[in-house]
Amino acid sequence: MPTLQDIALKTSGSAAKLVSGHRMCAGCGIPVVLKEVLAASDKPVIVINATGCLEVTTAVYPYTAWNTPWMHLTFENAAAVAAGIEAAYKSLKHRGKINGEVNILAVGGDGGTYDIGFQALSGALERYHRFMYLVYDNEGYMNTGNQRSGATPFGASTSTVPAGKVSPGKPQWRKNLVEIAAAHRIPYVGQSAVHNTLDVFKKAQKGFSADGPAVLAVLQPCTTNWSFDSALTMQYSRLAVETNFWPLYEIENGIVHITSKPTNRKPIEDFLKGQTRFKHLFRPENQHVIVEMQEMIDDEWDRLVKLEASGVRF
Amino acid sequence: MGIRKAITGAQAAAEAMRQINPDVVVAYPITPQTPIVEQFAAYVADGIVDTEMIPVESEHSAMSATVGAEAAGARAMSATSSQGLALMWEIVAATPGLRLPIVMPLVNRTISAPLNIHCDHSDVMGVTTLGWIQIFSENAQEVYENILLAIRVAEDRRIQLPVMVNQDGFITSHAVEPVEIFDDAAVQSFVGIRSLERSLLDTEHVRTIGAMALPDYLFEAKRAQEEAMGNVFQVYKEVGRELSSITGHAYPYFETYRLDDAEAAIVVLNSAAGTAKVAVDAMRGRGKKVGLLKPILFRPFPYEEVRAALENIPAIGILDRSMSFGACAPVYTEIRSVLYELDTRPKVQSYVFGLGGRDILSTEVEAVFEELLTGELDSKRQRYIGLRG
Repeated sequence: MPTLQDIALKTSGSAAKLVSGHRMCAGCGIPVVLKEVLAASDKPVIVINATGCLEVTTAVYPYTAWNTPWMHLTFENAAAVAAGIEAAYKSLKHRGKINGEVNILAVGGDGGTYDIGFQALSGALERYHRFMYLVYDNEGYMNTGNQRSGATPFGASTSTVPAGKVSPGKPQWRKNLVEIAAAHRIPYVGQSAVHNTLDVFKKAQKGFSADGPAVLAVLQPCTTNWSFDSALTMQYSRLAVETNFWPLYEIENGIVHITSKPTNRKPIEDFLKGQTRFKHLFRPENQHVIVEMQEMIDDEWDRLVKLEASGVRF
Repeated sequence: MGIRKAITGAQAAAEAMRQINPDVVVAYPITPQTPIVEQFAAYVADGIVDTEMIPVESEHSAMSATVGAEAAGARAMSATSSQGLALMWEIVAATPGLRLPIVMPLVNRTISAPLNIHCDHSDVMGVTTLGWIQIFSENAQEVYENILLAIRVAEDRRIQLPVMVNQDGFITSHAVEPVEIFDDAAVQSFVGIRSLERSLLDTEHVRTIGAMALPDYLFEAKRAQEEAMGNVFQVYKEVGRELSSITGHAYPYFETYRLDDAEAAIVVLNSAAGTAKVAVDAMRGRGKKVGLLKPILFRPFPYEEVRAALENIPAIGILDRSMSFGACAPVYTEIRSVLYELDTRPKVQSYVFGLGGRDILSTEVEAVFEELLTGELDSKRQRYIGLRG
């Protein structure tokens, strides 16, 4: 297993596939996620990027921050474009027109994955194209200013479902994308978080080497729209894991494995504190929302632990 | 000389695709395009072609994956109709800007609502502003040859734009006709192999494809697209001449039928041109001087050449199989525009016919000719053929 230093060396200098000069916000974790994932490939990577933060900040003509083949088409179809590229790769190889091996990586935010890109993703997983789908999950449409997505957590205030005098924010819990992906009976699905470089790297390695489609969901706190000090991105990512709000686990060939178990689960307030999107929950009339959220998190964790212990295949 | 086969327009499209043997085909079935996909899938299943075929979950993904495959350097094809075209509209619109030479047969069917699976041109006329080359086909033979022609026009270095090859739903796609299929080897030598010079899979030459272009650059990209569209006329002629050496057929921008001395003419696309030819012959048999102009290359539109063909005709009826609600119908708009440059302009009349697959009879076309010959036309009011009430 490589050390952090080994991984860091793969993300810098001439080895860097995503280089400096891009326009992402100070404190954004997205480039960190991409560097961690791209470092895990031992082959050239073809990147297909859904419209979103990563895309609009890294390829503004006539500039590009990509030192690896990269393509953007539209918002909801990164998985379908990846499917076409994989088919082309197979066909051109079969016909002797190209040589060499590549990995294919489709990347989207949670909007382009949980919501508008969901159908294309499901179709590509079901057809079993050999590619990895990476979602950098910042729990809403952050590129356009914090609108609600299917990944936005219960109780969060967004610009399309704001907290108000009679509303405590989003009334629904989020989808479980990892389990939905696993239900396609694909060889590898992982859930990770940006602060844990080794965890992201290891899961990306497994995803790239899977003999079929892989999905990797990485939590990426948004300094701009969750609205916290830009120095604290990694801290919020760590708190999401330490509170069991975002467990680190994987489903490999259908078998659940929790890759990090907090010894003392921290209360969810520790994660909520300091984020503007949850500020309203600390008003007395919304205390019940936090209680409910804690119950949901604990229930989901219990279920996940039982799933792992059962050894039952997805 | 080729082999004559009794096949439908849909099968003719599939025959062209069999000979092209694309690297990748991506499609989603939709009536009346389905037999193209089914026939091609059978070729794949029997090993007659070695194409990678992806049966996707929607037309949006069909065009998305086709674009991905083409960006990767493959020769990739899809096919659709109507609602399918509507669902893939977003990606259809993006394709010319990415300069990807995708060739897609389009089996023309009306757009809902009301739901209807039959022919009209409301699907294609909704996408003629997007930058695809548009070629129309009267019958199955033309479908077959136009698809072969389209591959070479699209992929020419001076063009690098996508092409739709249109045929009428059911009327052409499902009717069996004799179609002459030319020698596989000759056709394959004609279509050649797509160049990999812009391939995303070329990891030695790393490319960024589909970058965002802001107000400082987008306009120039679009202007370059328009320049390429302007180059189509020359390339279409050159490629057509080359294809002629295999087929013996000519590939004009449009076909004229008994037009030279005509006192009245009809302009109409696709299969109805066949019906109109029967009407022209009947009228000519009665001593009436009438003729037909059938546009084939509709985008880019050959204004100058159409003007030269129509300038001496006193009365012209333009038959549209779709409407542009609240405005002039699409083909009528082009012909009016064609005639603007003339000092003395022919009289024109717009007719709408055949929506949702309503038949047009040769006797109805004859009635149009009779009306045109009376000269009692109103260029400001659209008339209807075969409409109740």
